Amino acid sequence: MSEEVLVEEKTELEERFPEIGRDERKGYEGYIVPAEKLVEFATVLRDEFGYDFLSSVTAVDYLPEDWMEVVYHAYQTTGGPGLVYKVQVDRDDPVVPSLTPVFPGANLQEREAWDLMGIRFEDHPNLKRVLLWEGFDGHPLRKDWREAFYEGDGKPFKSRWPSGEVIRAEENNPFNKNVDYPGGFDPEQWTPAGETAVYAGVGRLDHAVSETALSTDQIVVNLGPQHPSTHGVFRMVVRLEGETVVDLEPVMGYLHRNHEKIGERNTFLMNIPFTDRLDYFNSMSNNFGYVLTVEKLMGVKPPERAEYIRVMMAELTRILNHMVAIGFLLNDLGAFFTPLLYAFEERELILDIFEAVSGSRMMCNYYRFAGVARDLPEGVFEQVKNLVLYRLPGKVNDLDTFLTDNEIIRARAIGIGVLTAEEAIAHSAVGPVLRASGVPYDVRRADPYGIYDRFDFDVAVRYHGDIYDRYLIRLDEMRQSIRILEQVIQDIPEGPIQEGKPQYQVRVPAGEAYGRVEGPKGELGFYVVSNGKPNPWRYHVRAPSFINLSALEVMCKNYKIADVVSILGSIDIVLGETDR
Amino acid sequence: MADMYGKGLLKGLGVTLKHFMNTYLEDIRWLSRGKRRYYTAEGIDSRKSFAATGIFTVQYPDEKLPVPEEFRFIPFLIYEVNEDGEKRDRCTSCGICAKVCPPQCIWIERTNDPDTGRPVPEPAEFFIDVDICMNCGLCAEYCPFDAIKMDHDYEISVYNRLEKNIFNKERLSRPVSYYASIRPTNYAREESARAEAEAAKAARKAARKKQ
Ligand code: SF4
Ligand code: SF4
Repeated sequence: MSEEVLVEEKTELEERFPEIGRDERKGYEGYIVPAEKLVEFATVLRDEFGYDFLSSVTAVDYLPEDWMEVVYHAYQTTGGPGLVYKVQVDRDDPVVPSLTPVFPGANLQEREAWDLMGIRFEDHPNLKRVLLWEGFDGHPLRKDWREAFYEGDGKPFKSRWPSGEVIRAEENNPFNKNVDYPGGFDPEQWTPAGETAVYAGVGRLDHAVSETALSTDQIVVNLGPQHPSTHGVFRMVVRLEGETVVDLEPVMGYLHRNHEKIGERNTFLMNIPFTDRLDYFNSMSNNFGYVLTVEKLMGVKPPERAEYIRVMMAELTRILNHMVAIGFLLNDLGAFFTPLLYAFEERELILDIFEAVSGSRMMCNYYRFAGVARDLPEGVFEQVKNLVLYRLPGKVNDLDTFLTDNEIIRARAIGIGVLTAEEAIAHSAVGPVLRASGVPYDVRRADPYGIYDRFDFDVAVRYHGDIYDRYLIRLDEMRQSIRILEQVIQDIPEGPIQEGKPQYQVRVPAGEAYGRVEGPKGELGFYVVSNGKPNPWRYHVRAPSFINLSALEVMCKNYKIADVVSILGSIDIVLGETDR
Repeated sequence: MADMYGKGLLKGLGVTLKHFMNTYLEDIRWLSRGKRRYYTAEGIDSRKSFAATGIFTVQYPDEKLPVPEEFRFIPFLIYEVNEDGEKRDRCTSCGICAKVCPPQCIWIERTNDPDTGRPVPEPAEFFIDVDICMNCGLCAEYCPFDAIKMDHDYEISVYNRLEKNIFNKERLSRPVSYYASIRPTNYAREESARAEAEAAKAARKAARKKQ
């Protein structure tokens, strides 16, 4: 897309909405939309300008300027760069109309912004906390909120050097003394009310009971938080009519640690190892997304060799993730652990490579701003080559032979958990979930980053949107990743792996940046705002596992309770990222 | 594919059977070569190579996977030992590692000269709370004096973490020979860089003298 078209479009948009203004702060872009125009603006943008995909909704607290901002990132599913628009609201009474009627995918994200930032979204169907519990005092991402173990607004803390006197973390944060409840809140009294609220949420929709069926009572069943099929501590409250799911609500946050607040206390560099802990299967692509975003702000780029190494690691991660995703899906379908352990063999071999280059199997912490931490140690390139050229293609085929024609899998997966293309887009579904529904949208192709524009690969797409297609598409994607890796192996040049000298304190000019990569689970985005200080002012993660859950209800409705488990498995979530 | 019901299942079972058989076929192959597949370094290597078939697992702790050179676990401090057996910390207590540490689990107390009160480049104490350390390796990466490095020893569990898991300077310190033994390539590279830098410095000095 050429510059010119973009400018033209913008003027057209501005003519249409004279009330909107351009965001003219240095380092910022997009439009500032008045709150009362927001819904109309988003609708027009979707219907007439093709920005039908709402990637991210988040909020920023501009404490010194005394306002809050809700930031929306919209894209076209046909590809191309995005459009960002913002609504500025009063800090004391932040009210913004909800975009859920236009984009159901805003549902969980708006709840998150309410939970962590205290923005009230008017007309949101279910505006309650999502990651924290009701007994939490305040909205922790506000800049004037302080944690119980608060030591300073930004690291490094002065107490560590030069007269460091060691204090145990527990002493700073004594158990039982670190909890504040909101005024009038009694935790003993709360539990029943909260549970009722959850069940009330499930019952909120009108459901037609079949005329011909036996009249039965509907029951509410809790799947989780410790149900083995929930892939972690995750809960689904399901309302059942017989065995059929009438309504479902995901309940999450059990693993919440306020990753974003930690990220805003950290320096820019310190955040890299923390991103490892988001989707802990794919620390390499998490690193990738984060450094890409900060590099945008800094205006730097890594040298050629580092670009290739980055792609190499990111694609190996994708293969690893899809292997495991298929393995766990089969677990959920009742093929207990045999396929999973076969998949784990390949994963182990890939992890060996990660361990050799980065020093750790899962918490890789390998990418750096404008480079990577170190060059491939001796022998690793051979290892990658052997694996990619001589082992993985056969193993993907093995999985294919092993599973694809299996009658039980076909019976349990074909036509189950269907998500149509329209629903997938509306619910901001990403990654294999979106592409299995017939939308060939892959950030690597639609809005290329790094050096992905150089590689020859197909964007995998399947059209039925059921569990089976979500399984098949992962096989397709592994094959495409192998294709990319073959090209990387062929073309990777010698040379430096870091632009300039490695620095522990990088200078990041003031401004905002939204960077996204096609992670194995889907579009992983980072929204970073810098005010020129050593710590980011705002650090937000657009987590694919979290946002894909918006579509869970649609996928599960009218299927059987036993299917819920496999539908969840086919989305492929990881709670480290969902709960952040 | 629906020509015969159950064909897909049988095909799948074929894969499992192959996998099962491979373990024993591989065992027989090793036996016929007169080699041991289990409890030997060679055997472990073969089970983690790209050509591995059949059984894949390693019987920890009887068998241990070797760790690669870059493997990182809790950091340690390096001291040099001179000819008289005197120890000297490489650390100058510059504080960079404490500043770069993401969970802020490094505490350094700088030594002050008792007479002048001026700081001396050597730490009086050095603590790492290993309960908090996330093994990220940034301290080792950014230390300008190669004084702190990541260890390979991952078996450090204790019965009482409250007493044992804040490591002080004594617990953290290791001789440079230990470092050279676990990270030979890194060690050689750093030493040659240091020698080069020193040679350049000497050359500069000589050139200045001549003038
Ligand atoms: S270990 Fe290195 S970075 Fe840390 S204080 Fe000592 S010399 Fe400085
Ligand atoms: S490894 Fe990371 S967390 Fe541990 S002491 Fe070093 S910098 Fe801190």
